Amino acid sequence: MPEHEADGQLATPTHEVRDFLQRRREQIAQRWADEPLFRTVFTVSRDEAVEAGKVVVDALAQVAESEQVEDPDSAGFSGVREQLARMGAARSRAGLSNTQVSSELAALRPPVENLLAADLEQAPPEHLRACSTVLTVLMGTLRLVAMQTALSEWQALSDRQRMQLLEVATPVIRLWDGIVAVPLIGTLDSARSQVVMETLLNAVVEQHARFAILDITGVPTVDSLVAQHLMKTVAAARLMGAQCIVSGIRPAIAQTIVHLGLDLDVITRASLSDALGYALHQLGTDIVNPGAGQR
Amino acid sequence: MHTAAGVEACLPIRSDMDLVWVRQHVRQAAARLGFGLVEQTKLITAASELARNTLVHGGGGQMEATHLSSGGAQGLRLAFTDKGPGIADLDRALTDGYTSGGGLGMGLSGARRLVHDFDIDSTPGHGTTVRVTCWVGRPPRPREEA
Amino acid sequence: MSDARSRPVTGHVPVLRLGDVLLVTLQGDLHDSTAQQLQQDLAETISRTGVRGVLIDISGVEIVDSFLGRVLAEIAAQAKLLAARTVVAGMRPAVAITLVELGLTLPGLSTALSTEAGMELLSQQAPVPRPGGPRQESA
Repeated sequence: MPEHEADGQLATPTHEVRDFLQRRREQIAQRWADEPLFRTVFTVSRDEAVEAGKVVVDALAQVAESEQVEDPDSAGFSGVREQLARMGAARSRAGLSNTQVSSELAALRPPVENLLAADLEQAPPEHLRACSTVLTVLMGTLRLVAMQTALSEWQALSDRQRMQLLEVATPVIRLWDGIVAVPLIGTLDSARSQVVMETLLNAVVEQHARFAILDITGVPTVDSLVAQHLMKTVAAARLMGAQCIVSGIRPAIAQTIVHLGLDLDVITRASLSDALGYALHQLGTDIVNPGAGQR
Repeated sequence: MHTAAGVEACLPIRSDMDLVWVRQHVRQAAARLGFGLVEQTKLITAASELARNTLVHGGGGQMEATHLSSGGAQGLRLAFTDKGPGIADLDRALTDGYTSGGGLGMGLSGARRLVHDFDIDSTPGHGTTVRVTCWVGRPPRPREEA
Repeated sequence: MSDARSRPVTGHVPVLRLGDVLLVTLQGDLHDSTAQQLQQDLAETISRTGVRGVLIDISGVEIVDSFLGRVLAEIAAQAKLLAARTVVAGMRPAVAITLVELGLTLPGLSTALSTEAGMELLSQQAPVPRPGGPRQESA
């Protein structure tokens, strides 16, 4: 028999930590309020910082209750994610790097650990050690959750910037009254094709364009996916009452299209100027060269 | 992994009129979550197709809308449930042009192309549930597990 | 096709006659039965009046699903049998993108950017479109 004596039965370390968190909620929150992470984010009043601290303590207690101290996806954390994200974002805005924010999060552990040690002074040393370990793991998980949240915010930001870049990279040019063109340069993936389609169709409405020219001179390769995207754009434009012309099909691409067995059932022209000439002709305008006569 | 931030609503699908409610509800929910115009239109159209399937082939049922949150991403999940005859050959039902009703045969297969996630569960004689999910922007990446 | 027993909820979409053309303006969220009623009304009106064209303005329509898409295609097909040409005008970009993604490219349907462009199209072209698309290349 191990030496768990007089004390009666000891709670499991996880439950001990849970009880401790619930018991010492106020004190922990008070101590955290003095730490830079809380002090600098919740500047309205100290009480605000203490309240925010309590929310985090409650979440930790809930996670301990569920015995999932190592799981960043534990349901207990869901309530504090938003707050953690706000805190992280505030610190980033203040100019701190992710590493610095992370060490501020790490700084939340010692005050709690000291309180735990004081509370369990009378307990057998191995029990204190076990509880300490649980607390360390739990605080580590909290840090992970906070960093994860910060990263996904960053991911969202970079996604937004990527979309903006895509829009910038897709200029729609009005070539003539009723004719718009989009010169495509670079690789066309699904996301970009989507942006091209939307931008071009919106321009068709805004400019009352009966003709929309998709110039693919600058597109290095046309695989079946790209061809499919082109066809969708052509079909959508037709539904709106505009006609698409695909121009700038280089010989190599024409070959690929044939090899892929794709039937580009669409009006095509070798160059952008040929496409413009075709559209103008359809609109009843012709460009003539008075010197040289017919071309 | 995705946290369900709560069932938003449960709408009956019993008549023509209900299809209009379904579309209006999905439009409002999608707009609230910040879906772009094209994404909204796709989702509402998918909902319309699936709700009509529920009504016409399933003999009526319901739609349940749930707001999802995963990492920073927001999504909307719609579940259409009926207690109708079910679908015996799912593969065939998901083929373009296949129709058991009077439509163009684009209902199921078309709706699938309009959403990010599509999941169908059908037991002949017991009914069908179709779940679709759309995310604002694009679907969240699966989180790497350590 | 279910016989549309006049249901008070649904109502008719007004069909306007402008010379040789019937003009229909669709707005908002359409009931299935309203769309079917319109299809029937149009067939009757075309055969009664002998107009040469039907112009359907859908710029106010936010959703076209496969049902409404089928109704539009059927309106065009039945008008063609009655020697009238149908033009659908003003489809929004988001609706067009969705229809294409849905797999409905509605090849038999003539389209125009606006009602003005639609009227122009109806006034200048032969009443019945050739199969296989609106404008054919000449050379």
